[in-house]
Amino acid sequence: MTSTAPTNADLAVDELPAEPGTPAGGRRFNLNLRQSGIYIAFALIVLLFTVLTGGDMLAPQNISNIIVQNSYILILAIGMILVIIAGHIDLSVGSVVAATGALAAVLMVDMHLPWPLALLITLIGGGLIGAWQGYWIAYFGIPAFIVTLAGMLLFRAVTLMILGNQGIGPFPEAVRTLSNGFTDGYLGNVGLGMLGGADLVSLVVGVLAVAGIVLTQWRARAARLRYRQVVDPLPLFIVKIAVAAVLVMFVVVQLARFRNLPWVLVLLAVLVIGYSVLTNRAVFGRQIYAVGGNLQAATLSGVKVKSVIFWLFVNMGVLAALAGVIFAGRLNQANPTAGNQFELDAIAAAFIGGAAVQGGVGRVVGAITGGLIMGVINNGMSLIGAQSEQVMLVKGAVLLAAVAFDVWTKRRSAAASR
Amino acid sequence: MADTILRMSGITKTFPGVNALQDVNLEVRRGEIHAICGENGAGKSTLMKVLSGVHPHGSYSGEIEFEGEPCRFSGIRDSEGRGIVIIHQELALAPNLSIAENLFLGNEQAHRGLIDWNRTNHEATKLLRRVGLRERAVTPVVDLGVGKQQLVEIAKALSKKVRLLILDEPTAALNDEDSAHLLDLIRGLRDSGITCVIISHKLNEVLAIADRVTILRDGRTISTLDMAEDEVTENRIISGMVGRDLDHRFPPHTPKIGEEALRIEDWTVHSPTQHGRVVVRNANLVLRRGEIVGLAGLMGAGRTELAMSVFGRAYGIGISGRIVKDGKEITLRSVRDAIRHGIAYATEDRKRYGLNLIDDIKRNVSAAALGKLARRGWVDDNEEYQVADDYRRRLNIKAPSVSSVTGKLSGGNQQKVVLSKWIFTDPDVLILDEPTRGIDVGAKYEIYTTINRLADEGKAILLISSELPELLGLCDRIYTLSFGRITGEVPRAEATQESLMTLMTKGQEVPS
Repeated sequence: MTSTAPTNADLAVDELPAEPGTPAGGRRFNLNLRQSGIYIAFALIVLLFTVLTGGDMLAPQNISNIIVQNSYILILAIGMILVIIAGHIDLSVGSVVAATGALAAVLMVDMHLPWPLALLITLIGGGLIGAWQGYWIAYFGIPAFIVTLAGMLLFRAVTLMILGNQGIGPFPEAVRTLSNGFTDGYLGNVGLGMLGGADLVSLVVGVLAVAGIVLTQWRARAARLRYRQVVDPLPLFIVKIAVAAVLVMFVVVQLARFRNLPWVLVLLAVLVIGYSVLTNRAVFGRQIYAVGGNLQAATLSGVKVKSVIFWLFVNMGVLAALAGVIFAGRLNQANPTAGNQFELDAIAAAFIGGAAVQGGVGRVVGAITGGLIMGVINNGMSLIGAQSEQVMLVKGAVLLAAVAFDVWTKRRSAAASR
Repeated sequence: MADTILRMSGITKTFPGVNALQDVNLEVRRGEIHAICGENGAGKSTLMKVLSGVHPHGSYSGEIEFEGEPCRFSGIRDSEGRGIVIIHQELALAPNLSIAENLFLGNEQAHRGLIDWNRTNHEATKLLRRVGLRERAVTPVVDLGVGKQQLVEIAKALSKKVRLLILDEPTAALNDEDSAHLLDLIRGLRDSGITCVIISHKLNEVLAIADRVTILRDGRTISTLDMAEDEVTENRIISGMVGRDLDHRFPPHTPKIGEEALRIEDWTVHSPTQHGRVVVRNANLVLRRGEIVGLAGLMGAGRTELAMSVFGRAYGIGISGRIVKDGKEITLRSVRDAIRHGIAYATEDRKRYGLNLIDDIKRNVSAAALGKLARRGWVDDNEEYQVADDYRRRLNIKAPSVSSVTGKLSGGNQQKVVLSKWIFTDPDVLILDEPTRGIDVGAKYEIYTTINRLADEGKAILLISSELPELLGLCDRIYTLSFGRITGEVPRAEATQESLMTLMTKGQEVPS
């Protein structure tokens, strides 16, 4: 090699930088399979069961049932996806659901505390459980698998100690309403022609939600354009928004025709939006991805790795307590066997929803979709009268297929970048 | 004429974009100790990997002849089957197994599928006696020091009926006493008929033990010297190792050197994994604003360990010494402390320690200074995009956009992302560890330009590099590090590759 002038020989990337502000054309339509595959799969599964059940799947009452019956798993899945993104796991959530449900029952039923205070104490209790596990994992350095496996036994034992061998109930009206109940029809019903009567408040909420989606998406797009970033071309943007609006309105109309909005749906919506913003926009959320993506690089970038992991488990504990209260309220009693195997459903939801086994990847909306996929399979198969072993078989196969797909796309993209 | 046990001729091995070995010839005589010398990256390890079958036949060109027969190894098992055993610098022992179990790992002394423990331990004891290691065969390896572990590795080689023993930097991690013992043992092995090839940076050891020495430079054989016939001195070996033309161009730069920015005094660091080993001993360094200071040293000299221990104790235990920044003594307990005090460290291993490879450019750039983009804990991602895009232009990062995943970029562009990340923390002191390792010439030039510009902005730069021409072409002043000690401080005008290499290979004979 003789003297070499500086060259641009470093062009290992086969595309030149796109001009900022201009959409990159057809390439953008080539959807990222790894990210969008889950939503396509969800749509296909819903479609399949709708056909198999002759439309019963999407009937007003059934949609309501799917949401209410899976709410606690979905709440757990939100916490679980964060833990998994950071590269850890939590096997104890089922037992924590039981223990916190029992705690709530003692506070509300036996001690007659006002329910908001009892709820607050229960959530703090869940946070303390999370802090206990987070300490051993983050600061003591025991793998999360072991600590939470121990926690699974410990907190089931705690449940049994609190409850003896019997359930405690009934729960106050307010808690039952949160778990099982629906918003009131403050404004009465309106006729929707051949669809029959529907609750006006629910419809208004639905319209406001759609308006909110349109507004935030439009403002985000405008801001991106102002910063001369690449955005979806306008027609695609409109199609995406329209699809989202139609889906939201469809669900809301169906719910309004049945018994208004379930309170847990309102709660879930708040949690999903809150945690999505947290993961995308908050410094803490970014640090979760950094820790899971490359622990050493995060450490050498000054991220307080141990503290991030600790607080993730505290958060998981609080969410498990919330799920515990909702589950107990739904059964109207705290039960020693409550929450059995919930951890498996929550973990499956996260992985079906696109989390990577090695950590660093995953989205809250993905975990929710993963949870809904399993909920729809449960619900749809029971509608067509399938046996429980068949349901398990299908759920197992779906989990395996989802992770296999994830590994496959990753390997393919690794091969393509070579 | 002594007979030849090993002849490697015309060996050429290429990795994508790099010629690791070009037409290398090596001839080893039966019953000699043959040393191989060369700088970091000269191709020593690659050559040994070709020989041992780690790089299988077909992945290189050229011929290997062992004991007069051509060899086409497709893996380590093949070469070991012929009696060629390599002992790597990083010992490959299973720490929780006993000495005996390690000795016969993969070669278990079994009878009808069941391991015969009596025979295993008996044979192990015999092997230990041959290498002069007085330990019980059932002792777990983890309880031994590095020196004794090295002997276990040699005993393991003996158990494989070794005819040609290759030792890669066998004394790098050993103290003087253990080194002396090991060298004696190697002489003993030679006298019992085992041919030895030894790769070493310690030239005084090479002179003491080797019968012949082959020098590699930039993937080529430079010469083979015979200790008995040629007049071999350390200087002669050194000039063979470094005597190359300056084949890189460096951007012109006139330094504007200002105030002292960072002073490190009496800095001592112990190894976190090897008990009692001192990795950096009593180091003193001064960095000034606008000055590019080099840190030269061979593999294992403690360069990275020195840098990382200063960077908020990211490496090492038992750290002592003082850090003075802008005239005030500071204590850096964590990486956050270091960043807050305006110190940045860009790692030598960007894939393992530098980047989140599954995330995109903009989030990697912002990772170490996310607080600058956040208000009350919320990140302004448009601002983040803007910042990252700005660095993409300034450092000429070639990617479709800053939303591209870093794992798919070339090495040079990944390095620019790492640099961007640390420049964005707005440091006063920037430690760059091998910033141009494994990247092509064009990207190197761009990184040199960036380094010069950073110095002109008044930052103090500490540049760690294995490439002496790079240090000579870029630095205003160069420290040399050898076995954890600062052995020299040379202004650019007085430095030559030879003078640096002499300082870098200064052994441990100076008692503390």
